[in-house]
Amino acid sequence: MALLQISEPGQAPDPHQRRIAVGIDLGTTHSLVAAVRHGVADCLPDAQGRVLLPSAVRYLDDGRRQIGYEARAAQAEDALNTIVSVKRFMGRKLSDIAGHDKLPYAFVDQPGTVALATRDGEKTPVEVSAEILASLRQRAEDSFDSELFGAVITVPAYFDDAQRQATKDAAQLAGLKVLRLISEPTAAAVAYGLDNASEGLYAVYDLGGGTFDISLLRLTRGVFEVVATGGDAARGGDDIDQALADWVLAQAGTQALSARDMRAALVASRAAKEALSASAAVAWQAAVAGRELSVEVTRQQLEALARPLLDRTLAIVRKVLRDAKVTPDGVQGVVMVGGSTRMPLVRAAVGEVFGPNSKTRVLTNVNPDEVVALGAAIQANALAGNAKDGELLLLDVIALSLGLETMGGLVERVIERNTSIPAAKAQDFTTYQDGQTAMAIHVVQGERDLVAECRSLARFELRGIPPMVAGAARIRVSFQVDADGLLSVAAREQTSGVEAAVTVKPSYGLADEQIARMLKDGFAHAEHDMQARALREAQVDAERMVLATASALAADAELLTPAERQEIEALMARARSAVAAGDAETTVAAIEALAEGTEAFAAARMNQGIRQALAGRRVEEI
Amino acid sequence: MNLRDDDFTLFGLAQRQALDRADLDACRRELQAQVHPDRFASEGAAAQRLAMQWAVRVNEAWQRLKDPLSRAAYLCELRGVPVAAESNTSMPAAFLTQQMEWREALEDAAAGADIERLDQAVQRDERAMLAELTGLLDERHDTAAAAAQVRALMFVARFRQDIARRLDTLDETR
Repeated sequence: MALLQISEPGQAPDPHQRRIAVGIDLGTTHSLVAAVRHGVADCLPDAQGRVLLPSAVRYLDDGRRQIGYEARAAQAEDALNTIVSVKRFMGRKLSDIAGHDKLPYAFVDQPGTVALATRDGEKTPVEVSAEILASLRQRAEDSFDSELFGAVITVPAYFDDAQRQATKDAAQLAGLKVLRLISEPTAAAVAYGLDNASEGLYAVYDLGGGTFDISLLRLTRGVFEVVATGGDAARGGDDIDQALADWVLAQAGTQALSARDMRAALVASRAAKEALSASAAVAWQAAVAGRELSVEVTRQQLEALARPLLDRTLAIVRKVLRDAKVTPDGVQGVVMVGGSTRMPLVRAAVGEVFGPNSKTRVLTNVNPDEVVALGAAIQANALAGNAKDGELLLLDVIALSLGLETMGGLVERVIERNTSIPAAKAQDFTTYQDGQTAMAIHVVQGERDLVAECRSLARFELRGIPPMVAGAARIRVSFQVDADGLLSVAAREQTSGVEAAVTVKPSYGLADEQIARMLKDGFAHAEHDMQARALREAQVDAERMVLATASALAADAELLTPAERQEIEALMARARSAVAAGDAETTVAAIEALAEGTEAFAAARMNQGIRQALAGRRVEEI
Repeated sequence: MNLRDDDFTLFGLAQRQALDRADLDACRRELQAQVHPDRFASEGAAAQRLAMQWAVRVNEAWQRLKDPLSRAAYLCELRGVPVAAESNTSMPAAFLTQQMEWREALEDAAAGADIERLDQAVQRDERAMLAELTGLLDERHDTAAAAAQVRALMFVARFRQDIARRLDTLDETR
């Protein structure tokens, strides 16, 4: 459904002025897309008016796919080719996926990632997720009848580097420009906090289908500052379904033998679980192993089965409070996010942790399914430059420590968990053998002391170290984590200047060439020709930069001499004419020239900003 | 302003150990509001890279200043007396005895409540030691004594980490 655009009075109808940026919640069970329209964030519905898109992709015979409700409806009859909860496999190898033998898929171990064999060939989780993202992109483009400027995509706070990178790869594959990856609890806090004009310390308890996150955030006049975060990227409401299915089948004295049986049992368990949030008892019904089973399940029984998962989440909540050096009653409220927080037991148990006498409120007045997408939309709108300046700022942390393997399989942590991002840190290492000319660098993520118990992110080698006695070389390894929470690592021998660097990508997840190949294979872009796409991207980039430079000139022209200003204006004119000429290469070159030519100006503006911030403070203090 | 300015200058603060945490946090928010890469999301790669460098620098300084122990170590270094905890491990005998008693108490503690009580006792000591450290740095200007006090406090911090780890394991097995 294409909506007519009516521009607000005084607002330019020029499409380049209205930059459509969306927030996407790529969930285990459901995915959503939201956007800010007329100052309000809304989830965008499909043609039938539904905002939730089940995160299910079914591969059909002739290369076609079904995505969403149709796919989900077919999950029992066509379990092998219908992928649900694919988020649990993102950035994972087969050996990482607990209980994969119970899942109704044909897993294949590919280098660096698990894949699923379907009738349409082997599919990586990145490709499956890209189908879901492309479907949401289409929905958004239909809603606005316009191309998207970019998207903010949410990931669990506890997603590690490989999982974040996989998510970003999927977005790229789906033709989305990722403005930022943000954490789901942070997004929820944005939507909740801005709506309720809240200030102070809040917790976000996010129990999704396949993941659990807890974040503590301080809210101060539009700044959302994550204080500490924790979670479990491999546990969620799906585990309750599994536990219930196992229990019911044991009660009935039967087993799920086929992929279809297993899926049918899980679907029935999910339905029973949801119904038990309102009723004290329901009949669990499904066709398993050729017979119709009907087993009565009480809420009490369900709660007993859910208890282990719940207790694990509560232990993580206590740990995060300890990390943040905060007592439960220092928290103003707990925002409940994720469908699983509809269970009365979950709400009661979270209330207990924060103490029956404490003033902490358990907040359930936001739709737990939509709140994450809404927050992402608000951030996307701000990043696209549509919001008023200075309204919103997210200061997030890294959830898992990053380190290096040292002698004896031990981990030397370089960046500790709960460090504010972006962050950079360098650590010096040395050789342990006389004449050692190479050093293997193994980057890991996790909290354990043994490398074997952490996640291996990347391995690379620094070669060409001049031979020295053991302990004489100074090898500085620098870690940098960007605002998306993604890591890059560089190593340099200080005396000789030998260098090696790696963005922590190729060893896990997809290499750039793989993505390029997939794009070439026409994934999700059947109607788009690659060259046209490259040109369009370059043009959008150029237009964006010209606009940004123009507004910077309007605000801070006094920082430039007339000659400098003229030079920048010439570069802007060059970029504009490159866009008009419609040649990708010239446009890219013009963008680069403009970027380079405005670097000193950008530095001067940042400097002025810092000075003003400090000067403003001194005035306030008086 | 430049990326090599010391942490205190960057935050517009005097080089003192005593510091108002809420004020420091507010200053960090205001600085990040100016330099965070999100503020330059639609600009070119050069502005993005610069914003990233500044945002990293502000976070680094904030991370160092907000923790009283790392702040004190940094002050000692600025005043020409590096703490050098790796090479200098001499401690007063009384302090070491106290450390051993604590470690034994932690080993003997079985229940979470016992461990938390021990943590509170250690925390009280830590606070007193930090107060003394502030006096050494801000009033007596005795940097050498302050550096020794920082080294002692590093032992205490490490011990409190061990306590936290014990509590984590207890939680996991509960």
